[in-house]
Amino acid sequence: MKAFETFETPTAARVNYINAEYGLKSWLLTRDHKRIALLYLGSISFFFFIGGLYAMFIRLELLTPQGDLLSSTTYNKVFTQHGIIMIFFFLIPSIPATLGNFLVPLMIGAKDLAFPRINLLSWYIYLLGGIITIYALLAGGVDTGWTFYAPYSTTFSNSYVIAAGLGIFVSGFSSILTGLNFIVTIHTMRAPGMTWFRLPLFIWAHYATSLVMILGTPVVAITILLLAFERVAHVGIFDPAAGGDPILFQHLFWFYSHPAVYIMVLPSMGVVSELIANFSRKNIFGYKFVAFSSLAIAVFGFLVWGHHLFVAGQSVYAGMIFSFLSFAVAIPSAIKVFNWTATLYKGSISYDTPMLYALGFIGLFTVGGMTGLFLAALAVDVHVSDTYFVVAHFHYIMVGGALFGYLGGLHYWWPKISGRMYPEGWGRFSALVIFVGFNLTFLPQFVAGYLGMPRRYHAYPPEFQVFNVLSSAGASILGVGLLIPFIYLLWSMRYGKRAEPNPWHLPGLEWRTASPPPTENFLVTPVVTWEAYEFAPPEEMQVIGKFKEETEKA
Amino acid sequence: MQTSWIPFVPESASTVSGRVDALYFYLSGVTVFFTLLISGVLIFFVIKYRRRTPYEIPRPIAGSHKLETLWSVIPFIIAMSMFAWGAQIYFQNSRPPKNANEIYVVGKQWMWKIQHSTGQREINELHVPVGRKIKLIMTSEDTIHDFFIPAFRIKADVLPGRYTTEWFEATKPGTYHLFCAEYCGMNHSGMIGSVIVMQPTEFDSWLSGNANQQSPAVAGQQLFQSLGCVSCHGANGEGGRGPALAGLFGRRVFLTNNQTLTVDEAYIRESIENPQAKIVSGFGPIMPTFQGQVTPEQLIQIISFIKSLQVTSPQSSGATPAAPEPVQKTQTAAPTTATPAAK
Amino acid sequence: MNPGANLGAQASCLQLGEANKGEIVNLAESHIATGDTASHPALQHHFENMEQQREAGALGMWVFLVTEIMFFGGMFLAYTLYRTKYPQAFASASNHLSWQLGALNTGVLILSSFTMALAVYSAQTGKRRNQVVCLGLTIILGLTFLVVKAIEYHDKYVDHLIPGRLFPGNPFNPAKVHLLPGASSNNVEMFYWIYFAMTGMHAVHMIIGVGVLSVITYFAARGRYGPEYHNPVEISGLYWHFVDIIWIFLFPLLYLLGRHFEHGG
Repeated sequence: MKAFETFETPTAARVNYINAEYGLKSWLLTRDHKRIALLYLGSISFFFFIGGLYAMFIRLELLTPQGDLLSSTTYNKVFTQHGIIMIFFFLIPSIPATLGNFLVPLMIGAKDLAFPRINLLSWYIYLLGGIITIYALLAGGVDTGWTFYAPYSTTFSNSYVIAAGLGIFVSGFSSILTGLNFIVTIHTMRAPGMTWFRLPLFIWAHYATSLVMILGTPVVAITILLLAFERVAHVGIFDPAAGGDPILFQHLFWFYSHPAVYIMVLPSMGVVSELIANFSRKNIFGYKFVAFSSLAIAVFGFLVWGHHLFVAGQSVYAGMIFSFLSFAVAIPSAIKVFNWTATLYKGSISYDTPMLYALGFIGLFTVGGMTGLFLAALAVDVHVSDTYFVVAHFHYIMVGGALFGYLGGLHYWWPKISGRMYPEGWGRFSALVIFVGFNLTFLPQFVAGYLGMPRRYHAYPPEFQVFNVLSSAGASILGVGLLIPFIYLLWSMRYGKRAEPNPWHLPGLEWRTASPPPTENFLVTPVVTWEAYEFAPPEEMQVIGKFKEETEKA
Repeated sequence: MQTSWIPFVPESASTVSGRVDALYFYLSGVTVFFTLLISGVLIFFVIKYRRRTPYEIPRPIAGSHKLETLWSVIPFIIAMSMFAWGAQIYFQNSRPPKNANEIYVVGKQWMWKIQHSTGQREINELHVPVGRKIKLIMTSEDTIHDFFIPAFRIKADVLPGRYTTEWFEATKPGTYHLFCAEYCGMNHSGMIGSVIVMQPTEFDSWLSGNANQQSPAVAGQQLFQSLGCVSCHGANGEGGRGPALAGLFGRRVFLTNNQTLTVDEAYIRESIENPQAKIVSGFGPIMPTFQGQVTPEQLIQIISFIKSLQVTSPQSSGATPAAPEPVQKTQTAAPTTATPAAK
Repeated sequence: MNPGANLGAQASCLQLGEANKGEIVNLAESHIATGDTASHPALQHHFENMEQQREAGALGMWVFLVTEIMFFGGMFLAYTLYRTKYPQAFASASNHLSWQLGALNTGVLILSSFTMALAVYSAQTGKRRNQVVCLGLTIILGLTFLVVKAIEYHDKYVDHLIPGRLFPGNPFNPAKVHLLPGASSNNVEMFYWIYFAMTGMHAVHMIIGVGVLSVITYFAARGRYGPEYHNPVEISGLYWHFVDIIWIFLFPLLYLLGRHFEHGG
């Protein structure tokens, strides 16, 4: 194995960003992107846990066709809160705010993000938004669905819509600031020699994600703010009783909330690009195509929101245009999937846990993406929109896509983040359990959806029970599967094997410093002289060949 | 297309459901094919190129423009075929046929109120005959609902303050689910019902068995009189100080602001609730608003009455010349507005 | 450090590609040569040199302004939609706004942009006294704007034109508004709702701007900014100009459009 050039000195490894300072204050007032990433990691795990509890109640309630466990009011609140927590407080910040925050500076050879104080501020804003939302949940909950459709949310709902909306509004600024920080950092803070086309694809994906964050989030922020005011003042632009148009709300809402899906899945695609290339020790097949497809997804993602309104009373022609564009946005995703697959060709593939997640991602994302085509096809969408088909589709994207990427990335960079190795056997086992549980949960929902089971139903006709029982069974497996990594990752922070600086033997910049890295990341400013994923420069192949012979002899 | 033998497909009971299913099968086929292809290749590569020694480093492969083009163009072509097929069915179904029977649907938390053009009312049930085209004209009294009949593969949102339509022609007698598919609050999952498709003869006897109810058009006529519309529009919509209403529906009219529009449900509703918004050319802004005085259901009845008015209807012209009560409330603005948009 | 090159540098950092790539490498190489800027007390630890820090700050503000455009964009969309849908109501309501006060405020803001630009220039050329005076003038003009705005809001309150039930004792009543034919009071209320939402949001931005400028003025008075380090002045200037530009759009849209309806055309 080629010994990669490193930018650390052996003695420096003892002082790292974790043990550089002690005390609560050193964490709560830190400006180190790595510590902020850990603060985020803790808080999003908390919200993920809450969201997961709600999911459990949903699946328990739906075991039987009658509404027997929860009252319909409670059930409506539970699915609403599951959506709000999971989307706004887990999925959207998940990869960017934790892995992205930790790794963007490391991977481009910078000492920190461009605006460390704004970075810390974004965490506090996120926390404030979270606290307001939790207040809404504890005070009595909110029952509008995470989509907050007017006029139900403005006029008819008797729940804490304003508080929940305010929480989302506030947390939106945290994601705007994160996106802003990434864009500026990637533009201005790259190490000498780190050209745009030497950037790891994780960075490209985060650049594209940041574009969506800064362009989309303000729109949903103002929309939710107007909605909240409309509820307070009983006047408005969304309520038809006041001459407003509820469809305007849907347009404004989906203008953000469709691209928001790409906020969730683009970073995940970035992680998978890293995993696939690194765990097969190959440069990525078609680097520029994968890089630009991220940008293409971010841009096209803003043009397809109308496909959420095919049955909402939108004009036929608008529907056809949005349908066309929705099919077009599928192409960059397809390009990515094909390139990942081609990267494996003649690689040297290992079966470490992160790779299992990456492979799982490709399979599940393919299903999620292809079923998206059903929803883009107008005539079929008329039948399946607002049914469990949609529920299954977006869970394949958000869980099978975003969550798998997140878990894969977390395992992959865990040695760098914590300085400890996670237990590999448990890792592989839980990845398998999660994969099986996930498919058992959501595959039956495609069928139930096409058969006509509407979503957000508290009680349902008995013929759908078989699918719901399967789904609930799968959910319990999935739940257990998700608890395992939660436990062993915590365990490994103390008892795990100490990690080397470069445990996977990879060329990326983040692996050329200590694990965990020192506060300033690199002791000397790195100078990049290699391409991304360059395992063996052609001129060194010979040397490596000799090295290989020797190790085989030994 | 006969699909009843295929598992996991709901009952197909309308003229369009088979066409939607065909597209669905095509999409499913492509999905299964590509999923199997990609996972197959993935598994094959993962096994074939597994790491055999810890130090091996494979040769880098740069990529291939040919392959990239290939796997951009082929998916694009397949995607376009799906788009074209889906759009075609959607487009053809977007326009209800002219000769369809009209049924009025009003959604409210949490029930469906349905009225046939012959007057029969139903709640959470919809009786329709096989083989006749049925057009639903729908509106909501409160929040957004959605009228979804899985067996017919149709669905459309039902909006407050608007009229949406959907249409179908049932092909098979039976009882089918009717769901509200847009979340509408506490009892959303209870806003369900059934669509009962009958043979035409059975349906006719069902109709006559429930015939003691007023048709919406007749009810609308009564409202037309009780609300005083007759004083300006004439007892049979022949017109007067207000525009003639007979034969108006579906025609294009010129407005005082030099625009034209086609008279539809939405325009009639707007003219009742906000009469000054779009005034037909040649008439003054003298009509008072009826906002808040008529319920969405009554609006539908009035609209239905106006639709039923034919130009040629040779009614006895004994239109009672009810003392034309001067409707002058808003006329203060009239002098300045004779030519409001003149440039 | 050439202050004149600021605009060029801001523009170039928005471009991807070769030029920028070269720049970064050069920066790192020049890092040793230009040791003077690298040791400036205002240089934050994670930047290599002042140039990089300045570039990051400026780009950050531009990106932030992009999000602001999207933020206001949602309201502009709503405005456009309903203006088209209810032209008479919007014209009636708009005619009741005082275009004189609006025009006065427009003038005040344009003037404040001018003084702001002067402040940035003074910072770049190291004229400390001028800097403080110009910043002070900008703040005074900003406050003038807010006072005029408050007078306008108060007029609306007196005329019962606060939409909805925000003030329970003072419900919306368009009696003072000269309703054009076709204008329903409901839609007039909607105009005022959009008016208050847009100008209110703009005023919030003004207040933030005045706050930021006050802090900047304090530091300027203490001589923190000079030819080598004037980032904060520059980027608050960008923000201030942006808030002005929003008003330049709001004024004609809210105050002026539809005036001809009143005069019979």
